[in-house]
Amino acid sequence: MNLWNRFLCSCRRRSPWIFHMNSGSCNGCDIELVASLSPRYDAEQLGVRLEGSPRHADILCVTGPVTRNSVGAIKTVYGQVCSPKAVVAIGSCPATTNVFVDSRTLAGPLNQHVPVDVFVPGCPPRPDAIIQGIAKAAEILAERGKAQPAVAIVAHADELETNEAPKTSEVQP
Amino acid sequence: MNLITALARLLIFPGLLFAVPAAWFFLWVERKSVAWMQGRIGPPFLQPFYDFIKLLGKTTPSREGIGGLLMRAWPLLAVSSAVGAVALLPVLPSSGGFEGDLILLLALLELPALCIIAAGFSSRSIFGEIGAAREAVMAVAYNVVFLLAVVSIAAAQHTFRLETLAGLPSTPLRWLGLAAILVCLPAKLHINPFSLPNAEQEIYSGPMIEFAGPELAMWELSHGLEWVAGTGLVAALAAPHLAFGWLGPILFVVFSFAIVLLLSTASAATARVAIDTSVRFYWQCTLIFAVLAVSTALLLRVRP
Repeated sequence: MNLWNRFLCSCRRRSPWIFHMNSGSCNGCDIELVASLSPRYDAEQLGVRLEGSPRHADILCVTGPVTRNSVGAIKTVYGQVCSPKAVVAIGSCPATTNVFVDSRTLAGPLNQHVPVDVFVPGCPPRPDAIIQGIAKAAEILAERGKAQPAVAIVAHADELETNEAPKTSEVQP
Repeated sequence: MNLITALARLLIFPGLLFAVPAAWFFLWVERKSVAWMQGRIGPPFLQPFYDFIKLLGKTTPSREGIGGLLMRAWPLLAVSSAVGAVALLPVLPSSGGFEGDLILLLALLELPALCIIAAGFSSRSIFGEIGAAREAVMAVAYNVVFLLAVVSIAAAQHTFRLETLAGLPSTPLRWLGLAAILVCLPAKLHINPFSLPNAEQEIYSGPMIEFAGPELAMWELSHGLEWVAGTGLVAALAAPHLAFGWLGPILFVVFSFAIVLLLSTASAATARVAIDTSVRFYWQCTLIFAVLAVSTALLLRVRP
């Protein structure tokens, strides 16, 4: 691996931009995700920026138990995030569908539809745990960049890429 | 201005070699001062640099045809025109310049805004089009005041040459014009309270919504360069740095930094206003002062 590639991966680790997606969440995890950017927790110290467009983001943060209506949207948004990318499942809902298990309106858990890199369990998880999960995802992102060539490969827009092997790790609450 | 000095100004100082690190530094000051105002620690010093390198290494969606070509061209055009605007600033003593370079500077300062409007419409996204339309409306609103202020400064001194303007002593009329330019800068730089085109939480990222990877990196850079050019114009006209010889560039940088700090603190302290309120603000409140400044400047010219 050459020097430029190593430098690029280091920059990737230090600048995780996140896109927040709600897939039928009760708003508990969403509030905690926003709280992790607030003055008390200040995730911007790690370079985290909440982006409005999935095109700008590196890390897709999904909350909620994945309702049947939201599956199409999740796949579209996952395809819109440009690679290298990582997915963080925030809360117990996207990991296991939580108390809504066996509900006929759900199509979860999340890893049936997109490859999930980090699970942050909790109902809701604390902002510290969410920040730890995002930091871990940023490290995975940098490692994934080392495996892929640093030169930008042109990917097709809105196309679900499933060739990335899901490397799952879990944040202890 | 011969070819070698022109190239040196474009590529070294105050052009590319100075302007790009200064752009990253000003972007950091912008984010850091927001963090300070909110009681946070904020991003590390090299954060805009990390973001830029990371974006360069990301993929972009493939877009065929003339639309894809245009979407690659707009950010590059914005960056190059902003660098050109920075290079025209009269920073070094006896650096040359030519009669009418103020007009070229104004044109180059206006090009990034036009690129943003065109980029929003080329992206074919509904949010991009709303953002581009807002940018167009804002450009019509603030440019009247901005251009009148610059014209009043230039007309009072009988010259459109930047170096002569920067070397002349300040008059009360010039301070009035500079205040009008300072009021227009938040709208020109899309920061609060006039962050309407790229309003997050409202229309996502506006015209930039479909841009990814290296194209987005160029947009970030052009935003930083607009900071350098906009604050540099005010610093060049306000600070008597040309009188200090070779200490002048340091004074220029310090003065630009003070203006960046002032504007970003003001942006952190204010909330976004609606589009009709901001247009009314520029056309009703500040236009009167700009017209007064221009008419005073023209009356001063009549006096022998």
